[in-house]
Amino acid sequence: MQEQPQRPALTDSQMDSAIANMLRFGISLAATLMLLGGWFYLQHPTMQPTDYAHFHGSSVDLRNLGKVLTGARLADSTSVLELGIVLLIATPIARVVLCVVDFARQRDKLYVAVSFGVLLVLLYSLFRGGR
Amino acid sequence: MTAGIFAALIFLTSLLAGLLGALTGLGGGVIIVPVLALVFKVDLRYAIGASLISVIATSSGSAVAYVRQGLSNVRIGMFLEVATTLGALLGAYLTLKISTHWIAVIFGCVLMYSAAASFRKRRKHAGDASPDRMATALRLRGSYTENGVCHEYAAHRVPLGFGIMFGAGTLSGLLGIGSGAVKVLAMDMAMRLPFKVSTTTSNFMIGVTAAASAGVYLARGYIDPGLALPVMLGVLGGSLLGSKLLVKAPVATLRVVFSFVILALGAEMIFSGATGRL
Repeated sequence: MQEQPQRPALTDSQMDSAIANMLRFGISLAATLMLLGGWFYLQHPTMQPTDYAHFHGSSVDLRNLGKVLTGARLADSTSVLELGIVLLIATPIARVVLCVVDFARQRDKLYVAVSFGVLLVLLYSLFRGGR
Repeated sequence: MTAGIFAALIFLTSLLAGLLGALTGLGGGVIIVPVLALVFKVDLRYAIGASLISVIATSSGSAVAYVRQGLSNVRIGMFLEVATTLGALLGAYLTLKISTHWIAVIFGCVLMYSAAASFRKRRKHAGDASPDRMATALRLRGSYTENGVCHEYAAHRVPLGFGIMFGAGTLSGLLGIGSGAVKVLAMDMAMRLPFKVSTTTSNFMIGVTAAASAGVYLARGYIDPGLALPVMLGVLGGSLLGSKLLVKAPVATLRVVFSFVILALGAEMIFSGATGRL
């Protein structure tokens, strides 16, 4: 296997623009999905609004991510909308992942550890937060 | 009222809330939650869930511009996010335990504090570059360029700033708001960072903080897609419009008027919570 040339260390400003690009991509995708889902959602003109005055808990559940994805493939309006919301929440999490990678490329061990710590808290909330 | 008309009403209200939030510098979340609860009689838990989604969208959207300008400090932000995400997790759990009456009262207090804080004149200082042992060890410093002049700065009183950030995170998770006012307080007043760096880094951190409580909210069904969509689109649009207006129009008088509106909203939240109507 050919040896890879040593990658030059990433500068702070390159890191900044990588983060900005990622954020923009994430929210654009999430907003598109949400708009699409919302448009489908409003295609039932006689539908009564949900009763928001009494709390009964909405059905969105990350434990059912599989269901959300299947529904989204079938263009079920609520599932597309839910997928958009999940993507929107994932955007800042992806930003932290990017920071872990970028700090590693800068060989900044301290901040690899710090961003990894933040990532652990986020993942804990997402996957174990309901318990 | 059909779902379409309801969604349109919520959208327009959220647009106004986002505009007000940007003009007063308080953020849209702190305004849309009481309006949804008091005017639209939406359960506080749904209102908080929808607001949190709009907070993530607004923060990520405006962070794009700030990060590109090199004003926000990624290291300081990431270090303090350890405190805010842990706080947010605690706040989200507290939301499950505390009754909505209490949440309404706490919300009202935060609103009144935020309105009062926006009256205070901010000194837009350029930061303090004198070395601080802990900040040096943690590399909590940087520089930014404004009007061709490069300003160096370093963080101070790191443990105090970290502690206030934990509190900011808890409020964010408990109330579904960005709590940018408290974040700026920690960086600007406690850590003596430059005003511009504090505000932009705070904005950058809000999205990650909110994402930390979103997992708990999602699992407990606080986030209803039908409500979250019009609230998110409205608040996002309103804040983008507001930040454009801020550059062009003198808004000092408007800000005073709005601050009174927010003070009144806060009083109403406390009253409704205390009398058990929320």
